[in-house]
Amino acid sequence: MTQKNRVNGGLIDRSSRVNFQFDGKTYQGHNGDTLASALLANDVRLMGRSFKYHRPRGVMTAGSEEPNALMKLRTGARQEPNSRATVTELFDGLEARSQNRFPSLKFDFMGINDRFSNFLTAGFYYKTFMWPRAFWEKLYEPVIRKAAGLGSISFEDDPDSYDKGFLHCDLLVIGSGPAGLMAALTAGRAGARVILAEEDFITGGRLNTETYAVAGMSGSDWARSVMAELESLESVRILTRTTVVGAFDHGIYGAVERVSDHMLAPESGKPRQILWRIYSKRAVLAAGATERPIAFENNDRPGVMMAGAVRAYVNRWAVTPHQQVAVFTNNDDGHRTAADLIAEGVDVTGVIDVRPDAPSLAGIEVFAGARVVNSKGLLGLKSVQIRLANGEIRDLTCGALGVSGGWNPNVHLTCHQRGRPVWNDAIAAFVPGGEMPAGLTVAGAANGHLSTAQALQTGAEAAVSALTGLGVSAAAPDLPEAEDAPNSLTPFWYVKEGKGRAWIDPQNDVTVKDIKLAHQENFRSVEHLKRYTTLGMATDQGKTSNMGGLAVMAELTGKSIPETGTTIFRPPYTPVAMGALAGRSIGKNFHPTRETPSHKWAVEQGAEFVEVGNWLRAQWFPQPGETHWRQSVDREVLQTRKSVGICDVTTLGKIDVQGADAAEFLNKIYANGFAKLPVGKVRYGLMLREDGIAYDDGTAARLAEDHFVVTTTTANAVLVYRNMEFARQCLWPDLDVQLISTTEAWAQYAVAGPKSRKLLQKLVDPEFDLSNDAFPFMACGEITVCGGVRARLFRISFSGELAYEVAVPTRYGDAMIRALMEAGEEFDAVPYGTEALGVMRIEKGHAAGNELNGTTTALNLGLGRMVSKKKDCIGNVLSEREGLNATDALRLVGLRPVDSKEVIPAGAHLMNADGSVSAKTDLGYVTSAAYSPILGCSIALAFLKGGGDRMGDVLRVINPLEGQEVRAEVVSAHFVDPEGERLRA
Amino acid sequence: MIINHPLLGPRDAQEFTYLGDASLIHRPDWQGEDASGQFHDYLYLRDNLAGQHRELWFHEVGDRSWLVVTRNTLTHEITNVELARDVARREGRGK
Repeated sequence: MTQKNRVNGGLIDRSSRVNFQFDGKTYQGHNGDTLASALLANDVRLMGRSFKYHRPRGVMTAGSEEPNALMKLRTGARQEPNSRATVTELFDGLEARSQNRFPSLKFDFMGINDRFSNFLTAGFYYKTFMWPRAFWEKLYEPVIRKAAGLGSISFEDDPDSYDKGFLHCDLLVIGSGPAGLMAALTAGRAGARVILAEEDFITGGRLNTETYAVAGMSGSDWARSVMAELESLESVRILTRTTVVGAFDHGIYGAVERVSDHMLAPESGKPRQILWRIYSKRAVLAAGATERPIAFENNDRPGVMMAGAVRAYVNRWAVTPHQQVAVFTNNDDGHRTAADLIAEGVDVTGVIDVRPDAPSLAGIEVFAGARVVNSKGLLGLKSVQIRLANGEIRDLTCGALGVSGGWNPNVHLTCHQRGRPVWNDAIAAFVPGGEMPAGLTVAGAANGHLSTAQALQTGAEAAVSALTGLGVSAAAPDLPEAEDAPNSLTPFWYVKEGKGRAWIDPQNDVTVKDIKLAHQENFRSVEHLKRYTTLGMATDQGKTSNMGGLAVMAELTGKSIPETGTTIFRPPYTPVAMGALAGRSIGKNFHPTRETPSHKWAVEQGAEFVEVGNWLRAQWFPQPGETHWRQSVDREVLQTRKSVGICDVTTLGKIDVQGADAAEFLNKIYANGFAKLPVGKVRYGLMLREDGIAYDDGTAARLAEDHFVVTTTTANAVLVYRNMEFARQCLWPDLDVQLISTTEAWAQYAVAGPKSRKLLQKLVDPEFDLSNDAFPFMACGEITVCGGVRARLFRISFSGELAYEVAVPTRYGDAMIRALMEAGEEFDAVPYGTEALGVMRIEKGHAAGNELNGTTTALNLGLGRMVSKKKDCIGNVLSEREGLNATDALRLVGLRPVDSKEVIPAGAHLMNADGSVSAKTDLGYVTSAAYSPILGCSIALAFLKGGGDRMGDVLRVINPLEGQEVRAEVVSAHFVDPEGERLRA
Repeated sequence: MIINHPLLGPRDAQEFTYLGDASLIHRPDWQGEDASGQFHDYLYLRDNLAGQHRELWFHEVGDRSWLVVTRNTLTHEITNVELARDVARREGRGK
């Protein structure tokens, strides 16, 4: 038994024996311990090194506000840095390691930083590492990051899963101390749906750490009796190990439940953590208060702790931080710590109380009107130096010092919307103020009611008033008898004497001197102070330090603390693992993957796939012997143009437009006219944004007088539908037209090439005549295929060949592609992917996403005449703006290299054949480039200033980034079949 | 945020897509006097209000209604939600 600091009592299971490791050494603790309490029990005070100066540090608190005792837990992929030992539940096999030290915690090489502290003050980095600029990222930052920092990550994938969940309740109670328990009990008895969220692994809050009686029993026993009743109520849900981290709009709260953090690994099928989104009608914040320190020279030695934390360790965990303890206080709370220690037989060597009228305490020396001026002990506190009221300096032996400077209400969540805390003189602290998050009330210590009796009362009252607001009548339970000690504090923030450093923010190594320097250099507003010194910016967000920093600045500026201000607390209340925020949306599950109905068939063909939006589309279909993608793509293009090719175009957006005014509606949506499109015909349509820029194109097929099918590009399917609904509902609400997205309802295949008609004739039911006269270019119709399967046929062509698109209901997609391929065998039909599709559309000079790039107009695209001037349509008016219609406006042209062996790079810029190369002489840019297997050379589409007048000119195509320069001739964008004879064949 | 949909009741704001100022309903007459100037103002000029703001939200993963939501930009308090179609008709839009 080596737990030399264990005392009697406590809420630990002494029959259990939990083995754990710290920095490779094995220790024992008990169930109910935290890592911090177990280390203290084993007389380990040194737990870490500080952020900047690598000072030896020990645990300071007993809760989630801990600034010092941050550790790496576990090993391998589950290694997690910066875990607070104070809230880490002990479990068998836990491996913890200290951070920010090399080679060991006791001997840390970078401890030398502490010797240079005069140089490493606030603003040091800003002032020192300014020149040369080239060193910022390459040299300074990596060096600084290595020297100053927290724990490191494993760089391995997290093996655990994280869930997200949604909860609804009438009343959310945040915190299960006396106020929270009374609020939950009041609401639970009234039958309201209650969620009680507790950060700790047991409920009760401070009731578990104080020795005061409640209703004649111990506080923790009373808490357990209330919990027994709450657990029996069906409408109450209790979430322990759950921290409410943010208050959001309209009663929504974010909470992290640490489901499996207290185990070596999660149980099978269980997540590590759950991020809850809690929808509450009302909420009660009963988050308690955080004790604040008093700064003095060398107040950061391991063993210097908060007095309330010392009490928590003694009473709840049956641990004294050391065999000899002293207390430094400005209020009666410190005296409670001394009394509780004495009750467990610990040697209390003195109580240093800054108040001249400090009360006396039986059996202990109380130094009234005294203060601690310094401390000794390199790796752990050995003694403190105190100055008595009469000026005498004395050394007081102690291995731990409990410090109490008063309590700060935990107002954090009240600030997450627009609340700004207000100063309360009686407790010398900020309490919630201003505008609360909607539906939130605050009870207990979080609202500045620091006694147990007040907490119980305000908790019950908060619940009654919340339920009254919901129209539920509730009665406050009888209040149990509890302590109601008056506030006794004399504000005292820091000890002014001493030449050394007094620490305000131990986690970020900010001292009183740093704040003085910030003041001297005129960084006096709290927000400037925070950023200049980094006060309160660490993982603890200054829970123990912000007030001290404010108080020092207030004194320097001669203002009061409320005049000096308070920093704004933002979510999250405590650090949240990235994994919890990501939930299941990681890796392949980051977004949904959409597969077309013939995906399985494409996989069987060995297709290579490309992600287009969320869709997986076949990019090309490699054949045996093909070793380069170009071989596959060239073959697909050549065979399609020679015979027939089949391409899955299911991913194109499809919008069904129906109603008496459907044609009129499309007239307004498209730049070109649709009113006169006959039934049974398809028309190409161009959509403009209201500013006159082209944003999408596709076809609209008229299946009946009052029925159109609109197609969109794959990428814009969602946007076009949204815009069409906007036009329908907001701009022309009286048009008789209805829209529905049918993208997923139809599987659609392009059948392209001279043999496409022959192929389709084998599948289309014989009563449908596909001859050129009966079903000419741009015809459409509802047909049946394969003996009665409903289908739609469109004679449209993206490739420039005789081509059709055939659509069947999604469930027939797989069968249709197989039928098409089987029917195509006699023509040596090939499947082709998006690459061949792209090559053929470039050969044909069709615009696609590269050309519809958000900066180009119909005029630029060579489609200027399509924009009807005889009707109203979106984008019509502003497309006439002068700047968009300049005579030298960009025009879509084709480019062919002068030397057919050269390759035109996509994205390259165009310059005249001679002259300088500069932005001023820039003539345009290449949008799409490909190797054309038909022409046997590289070709490209480009936007060229005044392009129509430059046919035949030779330009330089220049990519200065990679030193590329190709001479190319300006040609028509229609490389293949410019007269359109093939597609009308 | 929670938007109280006039047809569907309270829905999480995550189901919606935001567009902007409800003045976008008032698309100018294409043949009106100074149509170009009118369209310029319609498209580019907005009041950046600190307070009550009427704005368009699309229930994209819901029933595909466009809504006019009156939201306080300082507090996010939502005081009124209407179907945009009803608002548009009331404010003079037709065919």
